[in-house]
Amino acid sequence: MQHYNMNLNLKVWRQKNSKTSGAFETFKVSNISSEMSFLEMFDVLNEQLVAEGKEPVAFDHDCREGICGMCSMHINGRAHGPWSKNTTCQLHMREYKDGDTIVVEPWRADAFPVIKDLVVDRSSFDRIIQAGGYISVNTGNAQDANALPIEKQQADDAFAAAACIGCGACVAACPNASAMLFVSAKVSHLALLPQGDPERKTRAFNMVNQMDAEGFGSCTNIGACEAECPKGISLENIARLNREYVGSMLSGSAVEGLQQ
Amino acid sequence: MSLTGIFLIVFLVVHCYVNAQIFYFDGGVRFLEAAHFMGTNLLIRTTEIGLFAFLILHMVQGLSLAFKNRSRRSQKYAVSAGSATSPWYSRSMALLGTLILLFLVLHLYKFWGPNRLNQLTTGEELNLYTAMKEEFQMAWVVAVYFLGCFSLAWHLVHGFYSAFQTLGFGNSRYKGMIKSVGIGFSIVVPIIFFMMPLAFFMHWL
Repeated sequence: MQHYNMNLNLKVWRQKNSKTSGAFETFKVSNISSEMSFLEMFDVLNEQLVAEGKEPVAFDHDCREGICGMCSMHINGRAHGPWSKNTTCQLHMREYKDGDTIVVEPWRADAFPVIKDLVVDRSSFDRIIQAGGYISVNTGNAQDANALPIEKQQADDAFAAAACIGCGACVAACPNASAMLFVSAKVSHLALLPQGDPERKTRAFNMVNQMDAEGFGSCTNIGACEAECPKGISLENIARLNREYVGSMLSGSAVEGLQQ
Repeated sequence: MSLTGIFLIVFLVVHCYVNAQIFYFDGGVRFLEAAHFMGTNLLIRTTEIGLFAFLILHMVQGLSLAFKNRSRRSQKYAVSAGSATSPWYSRSMALLGTLILLFLVLHLYKFWGPNRLNQLTTGEELNLYTAMKEEFQMAWVVAVYFLGCFSLAWHLVHGFYSAFQTLGFGNSRYKGMIKSVGIGFSIVVPIIFFMMPLAFFMHWL
């Protein structure tokens, strides 16, 4: 494909902090290469703003390799932009053509308050993990891979669930701002492996409780989360979470866990 | 939502089966026999109380869920994905449900209400076959029934699958089967229901 340069109009959400209300600001950027990533385009914009003595646009990013889950832009109505199974940092400017207008918003959910501009506070995810997304046993050194036989399909499903990078695109994409796909991935990868078994009965219950306490919406099986997930986390995990949750409720241990 | 929904799906099957008796083209003999059984059997009448309880529970839960979920994003997106990431009917369950409720008001007012009232006051059932024949001569009634069946069909396309997903059946082994059975059910049942007013209106019966 031929490389090309383009001039773009950007409508970017600007917000000072979580206390103030924000608004869109329009920018023009020129000579953007089709080979740039979306975040590199934002670097160009910010250098331009710094040169003009203006406040650069704050946005989250870290690895820029599509694996860390830090980038978080809602681009023209799509979490991580229009490409499927893709993060914002791996969205490339060849998607756009000269003269395009791109609307960039932060993840919008009451459980993800805006810190500044396009940066949102996703620590509610951390608190959900703290509520049960771990194992307490000391696993020691890594043992021989074949010492603990695990069915191949089981291991594959656990791996697919563990691929969740916790970026929050599921919440951003969900019309209900629900975090079910994230929670279900975190519950699933432990529920499918023997290491996760001892705390299995309380895990789903406690994590779902924390999810509700954080103010996320409830799942109505719309499926926009799965469509937007950069790691292709499947809705099957939500079905598994529901099974785990019922199991958690039926056994008394969930309630005991709460009382402790 | 899922448990009440599945109960209502079972109710639809029974209701559809009983009412489809009119298609024996016997002037409503078989239908009236079945209607008499449904209207007088103690077990059925007891279940009817449960049906209303579940229906109301389904509506209250559904609407409160919809309002609660809507409040979880105070600042809305300026640009939303729309149908690029999810089908419209999955995002419109509360609206479709409300349309079905509006249809139900007319439906109960036309048939269930007068029949039960008559049973209470005179102990006799109404002839629902002739009642249908009369009511379904009015084009606006048939139009409301079309709207009701249309809303029901789309509500079911999402609702059938969603109920089983919530109960945890949405794994790779059953998902495809549940989705296909759900879509088949959502097409067949509302069509059979709508054939009833249509058949009377077109004088096929």
